[in-house]
Amino acid sequence: MSLLVISELHAQVNDKPILKGVSLTVEVGSVHAIMGPNGSGKSTLAQVLAGNPAYEVTGGSVTYDGKDLLAMPPEERAQAGLFMAFQYPVEIPGVSNAYFLRAAYNEIRKARGEEEVDPLEFADIMEEKLALVDMESSMLTRSVNTGFSGGEKKRNEILQMAVLEPRLGILDETDSGLDIDALRVVADGVNKLKRPDNATIVVTHYQRLLNYIIPDFVHVLVSGRIAKSGGKELAFELEEKGYDWVSGSGGELAGARAS
Amino acid sequence: MVADAYAAAFEGVAADRAVPTAVRALRRAAFDRFAALGFPTPKNEDWHYTSVAPIADQEFALLVSRTGDVGRDDLSPFNFGATDWHTIAFVNGRFAPELSDLKKLPAGVEVSDLATAWASGDVADRLGSVASHQSHAFTALNAAFAQDGAVVRIARNVEVTRPIHILFVTDAAAARAMTHPRNLVIVERNATATVIETYASATDSVYFTNAVTEITLGDGALLRHYKMQREAPRAYHVGTIEVEQRRDSHYVSFSLATGAELSRTNVCTTLDGEGSGVTLNGLYMLDGEQHCDHQTEIVHAQPNTFSRQLYKGILDGRSHGVFNGKVYVRPIAQKTDGKQTNNTLLLSDTAHVDTKPQLEIFADDVKCTHGATVGQIDQAALFYLKSRGIDNALARRLLTYAFAADVLETIEVDAVREGLERTTLERFV
Repeated sequence: MSLLVISELHAQVNDKPILKGVSLTVEVGSVHAIMGPNGSGKSTLAQVLAGNPAYEVTGGSVTYDGKDLLAMPPEERAQAGLFMAFQYPVEIPGVSNAYFLRAAYNEIRKARGEEEVDPLEFADIMEEKLALVDMESSMLTRSVNTGFSGGEKKRNEILQMAVLEPRLGILDETDSGLDIDALRVVADGVNKLKRPDNATIVVTHYQRLLNYIIPDFVHVLVSGRIAKSGGKELAFELEEKGYDWVSGSGGELAGARAS
Repeated sequence: MVADAYAAAFEGVAADRAVPTAVRALRRAAFDRFAALGFPTPKNEDWHYTSVAPIADQEFALLVSRTGDVGRDDLSPFNFGATDWHTIAFVNGRFAPELSDLKKLPAGVEVSDLATAWASGDVADRLGSVASHQSHAFTALNAAFAQDGAVVRIARNVEVTRPIHILFVTDAAAARAMTHPRNLVIVERNATATVIETYASATDSVYFTNAVTEITLGDGALLRHYKMQREAPRAYHVGTIEVEQRRDSHYVSFSLATGAELSRTNVCTTLDGEGSGVTLNGLYMLDGEQHCDHQTEIVHAQPNTFSRQLYKGILDGRSHGVFNGKVYVRPIAQKTDGKQTNNTLLLSDTAHVDTKPQLEIFADDVKCTHGATVGQIDQAALFYLKSRGIDNALARRLLTYAFAADVLETIEVDAVREGLERTTLERFV
């Protein structure tokens, strides 16, 4: 079943067109990697899917779980099971990580018609989730992302993903700025969260992360369009030949096939 | 004419021969001074951003005898659920023994009502010794009309652990009336205490509170002083706190303002002893048409003194916040260490703020900084929270709370801190 159907998506930021007709279909149970050179629109695609109001959709459609995703405000998308791990997680001094996580968890439970959990119940849930990303519980009492190292921020994103258990997880350059150990922890966490009924989109510049999170499909985004799609071997080919190799051959492959 | 009304009211007060001669003399001198000064106008630099016309143009009756019908249950919102505070309560400006709780005061601690206290000892002579009526019209007005208030005296070396709550409540009987509470807090050498001074209301009537609190800190004394301005939404409030500090004393103040249509809080201290210091924190949360002005004045009068100020304002609706902080460093006050910060969060496009830090330094070996910021809800943070399923309203409330978090953390009385954390989360729904 198709969880996400992106069709001819156009988007701009500050009147500058970035996405110029992206089409992509994601089935449940699959992992898609979106690769591409800097400025190709990878992060824009992630932000648009998450509903960042700084990005303006100028054409096309996105259907998520049968619903018009673009008509939903960001919080409803999250409540419906969409999650984006930020490339640059935002620091929020003054709000503790625990409070933030529990608020998010409860909002999502509320949206699903489930009962909210109190701080004690939540502490039990957290214990298991923290282990998944190898984080100390002391991270929970600190303000959201405030003073976190780059690796801690990324792990905190995966922690949130583990708590919120999304149906569609989008990792926006989660590997950038991570050393190999942190990368392994993060990838490990993502792999453990993989289930037959959810899906993951991994946005990355480098093939490196895909050694740890094995994609079913790889798409290459160039100048706001998908220039090439293929299996996991495409990532290795890109690593070897560079993005210039695809840039010239974009035309006939634009618009990934439905998988 | 309003001035005639004050004059007539004063004749009534002056006729009261039951008060000590020293108090009567002070009243007369203060009223004459008020008559000469008149209410301040925006031409007065200290009142540039705050027009007191709404106060000056109205007549408020002076409540002389005891009025009011306030029960203990009415007070619970004003002590944040705490049940172990020493409380001296006043209803419509007059001491309410039935609402007070002073039985468990430790030895060396004296808490009494001014109207009783000034009949004996040195209380009458001390009135006006810290807060002079010479240059401030509202202080003069208070000295002329003060009927009651709290006298708190902590004997040397005594450490009072539980807060002492001075609670002024008005009810419907205070409608169109004015009260002039006068408090005296004396913390003797090496004594430590926490005083919470609350102005609140059990009704939504229009009334005018004009309070003055005089504080003296002896050598090595520490006073934590919380001023909670939680007046009725249409009330007018002017509150002046003047402090005199001796060597190595520390005055720690937190000023909250959430009530009143028009309010002004003045906090002035003179660091008149080496090694003394002052910490002035504040939080004001306004909406609708509220106007709230905070003025601080710190005089570094001796070497090696320090001052820390952190005032935060959260402004919604068409509200107007004013912060004016003055720091004077006298020539002798070398090694002064002063820091002043005022941050404002604007929640609407129609709220506005005037902030004016002033430093006047006459010594050459000092460290003084000041800074002010004005901002809105951070859109990146807002999106981040929403992208985790938190709806717009809760996300904005969380970020509003986050803005105030650091100044709330300075509150050392748990019930007050937790209460104000809730207020901050819930006020701007």
